[in-house]
Amino acid sequence: MSIGYDSWAVDLAEVGPVYPMQGWEIPMVIVGVIFWIGWHRIQFVREGEHLEKAKKIGDAEKVAKTLERY
Amino acid sequence: MDGNLNALTTVFTEFYYWVTVVFMFLIHVGFCMYEVGASRARNHMHTLMKNVMIIPLVTVTFFFFGWWIYWAFPNFYIFGGSIDFDAGAANTPWSPNMATNLEDRITGVFWAAFLLFSWTAASIVSGSVIERIRSSALWVHAVLIGSVFWIIDAAWGWHWDGWMVKVLGYHDAYASGVIHAIAGGYALGVIMVLGPRIGKFASDGTPRDIPPHNPWMLTIGIFLIYTGFWGFYAACNVPIISPEVIDGQIVGTTWTATNIYLAPTTLSAITFNFLMSLSGGLMAAYVVSKGDAFWTFSGGLAGIITASAGNDLYHPVQAMIVGAVGVVIVYKLHYWVERKFKLDDAVGAVAVHGYSGVVGLIIAGFVLWGAPSSPYEGYATVNPLGQAIGAFIMFFVLGFAPGWAVSKIQSAMGVLRIPEEVELQGLDYAEHHAYEDAKSEIIAADKAALAQKT
Repeated sequence: MSIGYDSWAVDLAEVGPVYPMQGWEIPMVIVGVIFWIGWHRIQFVREGEHLEKAKKIGDAEKVAKTLERY
Repeated sequence: MDGNLNALTTVFTEFYYWVTVVFMFLIHVGFCMYEVGASRARNHMHTLMKNVMIIPLVTVTFFFFGWWIYWAFPNFYIFGGSIDFDAGAANTPWSPNMATNLEDRITGVFWAAFLLFSWTAASIVSGSVIERIRSSALWVHAVLIGSVFWIIDAAWGWHWDGWMVKVLGYHDAYASGVIHAIAGGYALGVIMVLGPRIGKFASDGTPRDIPPHNPWMLTIGIFLIYTGFWGFYAACNVPIISPEVIDGQIVGTTWTATNIYLAPTTLSAITFNFLMSLSGGLMAAYVVSKGDAFWTFSGGLAGIITASAGNDLYHPVQAMIVGAVGVVIVYKLHYWVERKFKLDDAVGAVAVHGYSGVVGLIIAGFVLWGAPSSPYEGYATVNPLGQAIGAFIMFFVLGFAPGWAVSKIQSAMGVLRIPEEVELQGLDYAEHHAYEDAKSEIIAADKAALAQKT
């Protein structure tokens, strides 16, 4: 993927953006937003399952010891 | 960059903000240490993870929409205003200015300076709710306070063109209101719905102290927050700018540092006032709390926060007294609210940030009454009513109300608070016992291997 330049033999005063895939900014942002929302979704589901399971795993003796540890 | 002076100014300014960003990172380190120190051993990892993940979530959302809000919302449908799409255009996530661009060398650094304030706002809320909130719920709040509500208030009251500055004469140079009052108000809205930790109140309603697991970690945490606060103060200034660039009513050719409103101040002034308000806060908190270590340390922070609205213009003695007065009010208010409303603010964040911010804004209205809020013509001057309305907008309208409303929705859906069984056994229970089991297993394996050799 090109950044628009294949050499730095240029006048820097005339150089602007130098990242790859110029012109594709909006699709890149859409991908980023999907990644962000998807992360929340995955985390939300996993945490719900984990807490549901965690409600039942507490061995009374171990829990009492945990409380004592402060 | 045309001309050596312009180039030098740009390079200096971008480096200046970059350094403030690095310093401000320490605020987050401090908050993490404070929260973990305040939490009990059975909740450490969860508490730490809850705060650490604020960093990426607020960062990406501040890139996607937070920064655009700051530039597009200063006159958001208030008094005939609207969304300013032109000003926002260069700050959309798809703008070439928000990327590697040799024509724009400063937007990223400036963006990051604001972003670190966003982390702080979210982190303040995080401290109040430890040991009983679901991480998923907190992270929604983190995005809302960090990338939506605080930055709306910044556009309104912490921007040279903000309607609150123009109409109310709102003055909040180092963010008593725009960071602290809003975040404290937001935290209050959340904890009001979330409820206290198990055991916080006796059956007759008397509040119990839940001592920190590790007092030394709290101490280091708060000292790191002090340190990062230096960076925060510097980041609130424009380090050097010429009157022609300001293009306001200032005459002559003297370059100056300015506050966020482009009104003149000096780095010297804010250094005096930061330290004097810290000192006033520490001294008053020591007296009012009868030497309680943690209230004394938090009082230093509350002193700075109370004086911050006017620390660009106060005399150092004023900064000291304002800091001290604020701390006394905040301390009394904290315990009154705790007893009256049975609220569990685990780290005192509502008081130290929220109440201090509100008190600081109101005091600034009196002490700076009549001072120009801006170098531009036609802006209201600083006044008590404008500051009081501003404090109400920050704490209640943009802080408390959304925090309470979103928490109510989460509570109704059953996704706000962890189950009681998990709260008792500890959020780290599964991880802790998996760790202990793994430890026992590997020790047993090592011993067996050793036995075979001997």
